[in-house]
Amino acid sequence: MSARENILARIGKARASSIAADVDGEIRRHQRGPIPPLAGDLVKRFGERAANLASDVAQARTITEVPGLVARYLSERQLPRQGVCWPALAPYGWQSAGIELQTRAARGDDLVGVTGAFAGIAETGTLMLLSGPETPATVSLLPETHVAVIEAERIVATMEQAWDRLRVERGALPRAVNFVSGPSRTADIEQTVTLGAHGPYRVLIIIVG
Amino acid sequence: MEVTAMHFKRKATEKLNDENLQQALKKLQSRFVDSRATALAELPNFPEIRDAAAAIRERVIRNLDGYLLRFEQEAAARGAVVHWAEDIEDANRLVVEIARLHGVRKVVKSKSMVTEECGLNDYLASVGVEVLETDLGEYILQLAHEPPSHIVAPVVHKSKEEIADLFEEKHGRPRTTQIAEMCREAREVLRPGFLSADMGISGANFLIAETGSVLIVTNEGNGRLTTTLPRVHVAITGIEKVVPTLEDASTLLRLLPRSATGQSITNYVSVLTGVRGKDEADGPEHFHVILLDNGRSRLLGTELQPMLRCIRCGACMNHCPVYQNIGGHAYGWVYPGPMGSVLTPAFVGLENAIDLPNASTFCGECAVVCPVKIPLPDLMRHLRHLQVERDLRPWGERAALRLWSWAAQHPAVYAMFTRVAARLLHRLGGKKKYLRHLMGASGWTRGRDMPAPSGRTFRELYQTRRAS
Repeated sequence: MSARENILARIGKARASSIAADVDGEIRRHQRGPIPPLAGDLVKRFGERAANLASDVAQARTITEVPGLVARYLSERQLPRQGVCWPALAPYGWQSAGIELQTRAARGDDLVGVTGAFAGIAETGTLMLLSGPETPATVSLLPETHVAVIEAERIVATMEQAWDRLRVERGALPRAVNFVSGPSRTADIEQTVTLGAHGPYRVLIIIVG
Repeated sequence: MEVTAMHFKRKATEKLNDENLQQALKKLQSRFVDSRATALAELPNFPEIRDAAAAIRERVIRNLDGYLLRFEQEAAARGAVVHWAEDIEDANRLVVEIARLHGVRKVVKSKSMVTEECGLNDYLASVGVEVLETDLGEYILQLAHEPPSHIVAPVVHKSKEEIADLFEEKHGRPRTTQIAEMCREAREVLRPGFLSADMGISGANFLIAETGSVLIVTNEGNGRLTTTLPRVHVAITGIEKVVPTLEDASTLLRLLPRSATGQSITNYVSVLTGVRGKDEADGPEHFHVILLDNGRSRLLGTELQPMLRCIRCGACMNHCPVYQNIGGHAYGWVYPGPMGSVLTPAFVGLENAIDLPNASTFCGECAVVCPVKIPLPDLMRHLRHLQVERDLRPWGERAALRLWSWAAQHPAVYAMFTRVAARLLHRLGGKKKYLRHLMGASGWTRGRDMPAPSGRTFRELYQTRRAS
């Protein structure tokens, strides 16, 4: 007998009821657990929670304002103005704002990564990023600075609402769904929180609209 | 990992006298206990969420085969290969086979307690595969050749000075005790490892049956790098980690980081499904999931079954007065604290971990803080019961209990014995009416004086009162 058969046999034998539960039926119901009450404006809450988790948060009325905001952010912190971005964000006048972005997946030495976001989750101030040919996962991961551009209408209350939206808009899950809540951090040495462990040192979220 | 749980008593004494460790443990207590309380106060409906979380885990455990089969089917449909391992030998062999299949030489790892169970690093090294731990805590332990002492904060027992010495020796860079600089140094040393590794090994916090996905929570981003950059990803986890749906995972995620580190959410939550698509520029080309049993299925249908609900947050150890005073190493295996006091005997045999179920004051705090409502004191009590039933306790203890039991059943003997003892102890108490040393209970009197009895037993006092 294989390990698989042995393990499944032991589980089956130990089960209290002889009738197995309707696993597929239960899964299809997608029953939600209790949701914590979220008062007030979702976009505002998203921004506040994200800021609490050490993200920098900015507002833009239209997407055309974004390159200027990013340029100011980078120069205020004396950060380099070269990096990579998702293809969908390439055409918005980065060059005229003095930023040089290549549209590709990130490499180990890229310093700025610009991405969009599939959704923002107001409950925790979290970005939800989907991997894909047009949305490489490395852009939000390898550079020291991550800039995420999110349309206000993509901010939802909870992770559960984001899953619903994903099912409606995409059907299946992409290879990676990455929820990002601020810059990477570690508290492994003496429980002292330090930003910038292996991922970005800083995250700038620009809410558009 | 080698089991040294049988030396618990001796090691606990050592740890109590270890000044550095005592300093480190104080910080753990204030940080984890207080932050958890603050983070949970954000959830006005915490009791309902906790009930729902426990119910999800219980439902899965009762129908584990159904959910595992659904997970396997969905994962395979997305191009992942699911393997089943009976024990750690199986799991280690599978990892090496996968490494050979894909011509792997260099492996990066993100933190995984299941691979600690397996002793995977040593095994891979023994067959010539280079392994690099990338979680900062685990990396430090790999450099120091030490096991983790906490399931969430593995290097909690080390001071920054000790780590600075280690970094100076291993990295050959100028010594610094600035924590931010030390983190930067580790990042710079590890980055080339991520970029050059052929294979990434991770654990899994949850397996999602609905989608065949592996869910991983991390803060450092090393989990994301490990599962994104190398061309092969192997996730190793216990068979009990499956949950039905993405909604169920979302419910559990409201409690896991809050219970563990007091964060409302970890920096990264990654839901990984299948392999890189043909037009994609990143992500692994091969994805293997190893489902490890290693004693888990044996707990089904027994008194210990609720232990399989565990989501490995570590809240029970953070709140345990025993763990708080001795740290994790004394427990002698992968899992310390109250959850370890149940899991270690269950996985490695009660006879090899005889003192662990007794390493508890039964204050009950572990059950109070458990996000999935595992009745840990009940489970430890059950193991104590089994120890006595199987005659596993030391002969002195067994003889004493037998003697007491015999005396308790013979009231005249009992009364005589207590009368003599009460008078003797009264005498020994002297004017101060305190005993500084007590033969056979030196452990108790080392930390405090024992109040001496008044000289008459309860029965005598009772009889006097009835007579008057």
